[in-house]
Amino acid sequence: MAEGHATTTQGSPRLQSNAPTGDVTTRWDRHKFDLKLVNPANKRKFNIIVVGTGLAGSSAAASLAELGYNVKAFCFQDSPRRAHSIAAQGGINATKNYCNDGDSVWRLFYDTVKGGDFRARESNVYRLASVSTNIVDQCVSQGVPFQRDYGGLLANRSFGGAQVSRTFYARGQTGQQLLLGAYSALMRQVDLGKVKMFARREMLDLIQVDGVARGIVVRNLITGEFESHTADAVLLCTGGYGNVFYLSTNAKGCNVTAAWRCHKRGAFFANPCFTQIHPTCIPVSGDHQSKLTLMSESLRNDGRVWVPKNPGEARPANEIPDDDRDYFLERRYAAFGNLVPRDVASRAAKKACDEGFGVGETKLAVYLDFRDTIKRDGAAVVKGKYGNLFQMYAKITGEDPYSTPMRIYPAVHYTMGGLWVDYNLQTTIPGLYCLGEANFSDHGANRLGASALMQGLADGYFVIPYTIGHHFATSKLPKITDDHPEVRGAVEAAKARVNKLLGIKGSRSVESFHRALGKIMWEKCGMARNEAGLKFAEQEIAALRNEFWSNVRVMGSGEAFNQNLERAGRVADFLEFGELLVHDALTREESCGGHFREEHQTEDNEAKRNDADFCHAAAWEYTGGHDSFVGQKEQLHKEPLTFENVHLTTRSYRE
Amino acid sequence: MTTPHAHRGLNLTLKIWRQPGPNARGEFRTYEMQNVSTDMSFLEMLDVLNEQLIAKGEEPVAFDYDCREGICGMCSLMINGQAHGPDRATTTCQLHMRRFSDGDTIVIEPWRASAFPVIRDLAVDRSAFDRIITAGGYVSVNTGNAQDANCLPVGRDRQEKSMAAAACIGCGACVAACKNASAMLFVSAKVSQLALLPQGVPERARRVTRMVAQMDKEGFGGCTNTYECEAACPAEVSVTNIARLNREYLRAVVVSEEGV
Repeated sequence: MAEGHATTTQGSPRLQSNAPTGDVTTRWDRHKFDLKLVNPANKRKFNIIVVGTGLAGSSAAASLAELGYNVKAFCFQDSPRRAHSIAAQGGINATKNYCNDGDSVWRLFYDTVKGGDFRARESNVYRLASVSTNIVDQCVSQGVPFQRDYGGLLANRSFGGAQVSRTFYARGQTGQQLLLGAYSALMRQVDLGKVKMFARREMLDLIQVDGVARGIVVRNLITGEFESHTADAVLLCTGGYGNVFYLSTNAKGCNVTAAWRCHKRGAFFANPCFTQIHPTCIPVSGDHQSKLTLMSESLRNDGRVWVPKNPGEARPANEIPDDDRDYFLERRYAAFGNLVPRDVASRAAKKACDEGFGVGETKLAVYLDFRDTIKRDGAAVVKGKYGNLFQMYAKITGEDPYSTPMRIYPAVHYTMGGLWVDYNLQTTIPGLYCLGEANFSDHGANRLGASALMQGLADGYFVIPYTIGHHFATSKLPKITDDHPEVRGAVEAAKARVNKLLGIKGSRSVESFHRALGKIMWEKCGMARNEAGLKFAEQEIAALRNEFWSNVRVMGSGEAFNQNLERAGRVADFLEFGELLVHDALTREESCGGHFREEHQTEDNEAKRNDADFCHAAAWEYTGGHDSFVGQKEQLHKEPLTFENVHLTTRSYRE
Repeated sequence: MTTPHAHRGLNLTLKIWRQPGPNARGEFRTYEMQNVSTDMSFLEMLDVLNEQLIAKGEEPVAFDYDCREGICGMCSLMINGQAHGPDRATTTCQLHMRRFSDGDTIVIEPWRASAFPVIRDLAVDRSAFDRIITAGGYVSVNTGNAQDANCLPVGRDRQEKSMAAAACIGCGACVAACKNASAMLFVSAKVSQLALLPQGVPERARRVTRMVAQMDKEGFGGCTNTYECEAACPAEVSVTNIARLNREYLRAVVVSEEGV
């Protein structure tokens, strides 16, 4: 790969990143100064809707309420504390350099840009790295019980894609503790009357007046009633779209609906093909499988990944001597070993299985072995570090990981793509903001471990509180009431769609459509993709969608608690979104990060980027009608990416 | 390598509580399941049942779930009279069918507590827990106020105890398992987590009195030390936290200078 190629991409005038230029280390400070402010007394005149209560949503809702804004927060779960951020295990990065190992904001910035395979905006990544320390301070002050040393100070561990220890953690349940911290801050604002919480509500549409986001339509999932809520800004904090693959490490309820409805109302969707396959998940056991369970990347600190050297190996793992084991990550990537980034580790595991070295009944697994660590440190130390993960593995597989190596296989985990946002986190719809995993901004083509929690909280605690005021201070926002024609129209459209789903009365279940979609996505647009497969997938998805709208069977009524109906709406949106994801993968003729096109690889099977033609974010604009979906109506806009500080080079984790 | 649990199909009889809505009358209905894989989780078994019901044109069973990895606290279910089923430290979503035997009858009910009213079938309303947290389960610190994370050392032992309490997933099994439908394990987990840390100390008296008052208002019962809550808790929150809650409460109402 030639280094330092200038991009030839022409930027779309519709994509103004509003990212400052000049010295990257002062961009955020200068930008904050340039943003217009709303004075404290006027803040209480503005209403903000926050959809989703994960790390991004809870932290944003709490922080904005603390500033004096009136906030309404929504989640589809029965409590804001259930959002799937809670399942994040390993930790959160911050450049405290408490370990004295040479960490710095610059190093985290560098690692993240490189880890993302040069497909993220430098300005955003630098900001993310620089607020990382504030996040850990904030969480500690809320009472998050991070792991500490005997002296009482905070402990760190290392994660993939980094050579320093900068990850803060609370057992293997860091996401839970960070989310409960943000949730407690949110509930405090509920107590103070600044946040109104609406649980068991699902956002079904965006309300726009004169092109500006002014509210949302939700369905009350208990009563089935449709509600409209108006405001001066809407924040989508609705997470990723990994469940388009049906099997993923996401919670069952995770969906793309809110983001997709906004996309169909004019918000550009960026880089949907950037999906992350996590290397350390528990393998699929059968057709009944409803989701996949992740084993934290932190396990790769002490666990060694291997497969037998002999493809027909019949001995139990423990009886295979070292000479007959291939520790393929250590062999191929001497410098990073088992701690290579996720995309690299996943592809290496797939390659081993594809070549016939896989283990277990399905042969779609590799070993993750703690034998040597247990021998070195003792089982008690391993239990202290990873006890809950080992327990989880034992529960699911019925095997004891202390005495038998774990079997792992990659699974869909995180989605780097999302709604396109500018430096202020505003989408292409004025007044509509997008935070956390739901946006596309900070991770490029691959996210490093312990960086999702960091981004969700950075957006919510330390970015949106500064940037949203500019919208209020510079926009005319006339008062809107529930009988405004745009409000009524959006409610009627949402109702009509639900009634349509209920009226089909076909013969095939919602779940069956979702599984079929997932199979297409995983086989043709998973860890490895090629042109023929992607073209086939596009047609298959369109055909499946047509069948869905003529043959789906949705039970029950719309005027009650109806989980079958909820799922039908989400699957309907995945059936549209999946086609865009595949189309984006087809259009991006290069391999980078989590997007691996078989046509574009080096001789030793590493990803081969094409910086000359694809050093850009691909943002898709939907130009078709809102009531139906036509894939061909997606128009591509490009935001060129420039790298002034971290130079475009081929990623190498070998030396 | 050998698979210790060979695949085998179970034939099961399920007796499931069906209730069309909050105010409707409920009843047990019986469903026969054939050839259930022992590798399925309990909720996957219910997924299969629901697919079969939909194929027959019947309404599927409503039950709450989300993460399916034991951490979100959304799933519930009384399984043969036990909250989250027979295994210790295990949520229903992590319970696997290899725990059951061919020919078993399994009785499945919603959480039992008047403070958790049924929404439909097996799904209940646990918003009372949110209201208890709203009453004081937090540290009053605004974003941006924080000092350096290392400025207040916390002894490892304290941090471990705090973490052990903070592990509560808010599922409500403690309430469902208690003959008094007491929420004291849940409340004590949050009170303990924060009382054990220097960050939580300034408002510990206010926190405990307000949370306990809200707990009483929601209609949860008191603790009579049967420890069913601890036995049912998937996060292994210890009843020693209830003892700490009682001490914190006593301290707050008798000796605190916070003016509660």
